[in-house]
Amino acid sequence: MIDIVLLTLLVVVAIAIIRMKDLFAVVMLTGIYGLLSASFFVAMDAVDVAFTEAAVGAGISTLLMLVVITMTGRKEKPTRHKPFSALFVVIITGGLLIYGTLDMPYFGSADAPIHNHTSPRYINDSMEEIGIPNIVTSVLASYRAFDTFGEVVVIFTAGIGVLTLLCVARSKEYEAEVESINDSMHQQHLVIRIVAKMLIPFIFLFALYVQFHGDFGPGGGFQAGVIFASAIILYAMLFGLSTAHKIINQTLIQLIAALGVLLYGSVGIVSLMNGGNFLDYNVLSSNPITGQHLGILLIEWGVGCTVASVIVVIFFNLAARRAFQQHKKQAQDKESSAC
Amino acid sequence: MDIVITICSGFFLLVGSFLCISGGIGLLRFPDFYTRMHAVGVTDTLGAGMILVGLMILSTDFLVFAKLVMVLLFTLLIGPTTSHVLAKAAFHNGVIPKDSNNLRQTEEKENTSSIL
Repeated sequence: MIDIVLLTLLVVVAIAIIRMKDLFAVVMLTGIYGLLSASFFVAMDAVDVAFTEAAVGAGISTLLMLVVITMTGRKEKPTRHKPFSALFVVIITGGLLIYGTLDMPYFGSADAPIHNHTSPRYINDSMEEIGIPNIVTSVLASYRAFDTFGEVVVIFTAGIGVLTLLCVARSKEYEAEVESINDSMHQQHLVIRIVAKMLIPFIFLFALYVQFHGDFGPGGGFQAGVIFASAIILYAMLFGLSTAHKIINQTLIQLIAALGVLLYGSVGIVSLMNGGNFLDYNVLSSNPITGQHLGILLIEWGVGCTVASVIVVIFFNLAARRAFQQHKKQAQDKESSAC
Repeated sequence: MDIVITICSGFFLLVGSFLCISGGIGLLRFPDFYTRMHAVGVTDTLGAGMILVGLMILSTDFLVFAKLVMVLLFTLLIGPTTSHVLAKAAFHNGVIPKDSNNLRQTEEKENTSSIL
């Protein structure tokens, strides 16, 4: 019952996203879409995925898109071209994809291959082999560690891409000006600043809890990284970019992003040197279970560091670019008025 | 004892749900931005709080209870703050409450005299 309601709402929101012209509303709707799919995942008992979706889909990505909208403007440009050829291609591709799924076993059928050997193996043996109660984490961080390594590298690449595209060289004079703007803003956001000051330590604490509780419940490096980054972003939004820059050195953050990937990779290399396969944690310690615990702890740290710092870097660069744009616009206005 | 707990929690859950629903109706029916925000901001904080209290009474595990208390504190802190920030942002961007001639006049005066 609740599945049907949630899926209907998802479809309605998706259609609304397509039809809307106001980009701000579209971004808000994508946030709602993320939250709805998170609830849907909870209804399907996939709490780890739901947690990630709620943190990333509904939280951070909405926020980053909002920052982008402040630079690009709120309205979608009217389309001039005819959409029929694109529609044709989409229908063909979608039809082929649906045709491809016909070969797959029916949803939830008991004789699907995944229910015959993969799932029972994880459910029955993972406690013995890995020794942590949350099977999702043991699959993600140990059995499928190489896939997760790929994901972390993808996130790192995204960070590098944003850096190359958006990096702004900051001048001293401009920073002083931004600072004076910040000073004048001090009186404006008093309530929310105080509340945020109260909350930020707890957000950090919660992030650490999620990071280390991943072995026992839903959580892990990805979610923890996003929560950690969101606390820093909240601070940067309320207290100004230059204040945040003073506390958090951007070079250091970039270094941490790289170090996270390096940590992950070097765990794999160390296990290679100890005589196992790449990312085989059994050989990290004399006792295989201790080795697995150590390996999972280390790679989750790597994931958390990379995710948190990449998101912070993306936000900082987008916001700096925005401030730079406004600064330039102001300078141009001044020049034109002087003429 | 069991029946007392069930009735208590049921009462809190019912009141909470009623408040949330009335907030939703207010969001749809009220005339302008500020009254709508008021409807949701006030009832949702109390409604969610009531539902959480109802769940707390039902919880047997201490850990669950502690987590619910933390969620409650978080809601109590966040709900009013977001309402405040929303109202402030709306006012800054020139959304004027409906039926407020008084305010409109002061707004015009401010606009003519100086830029805020």
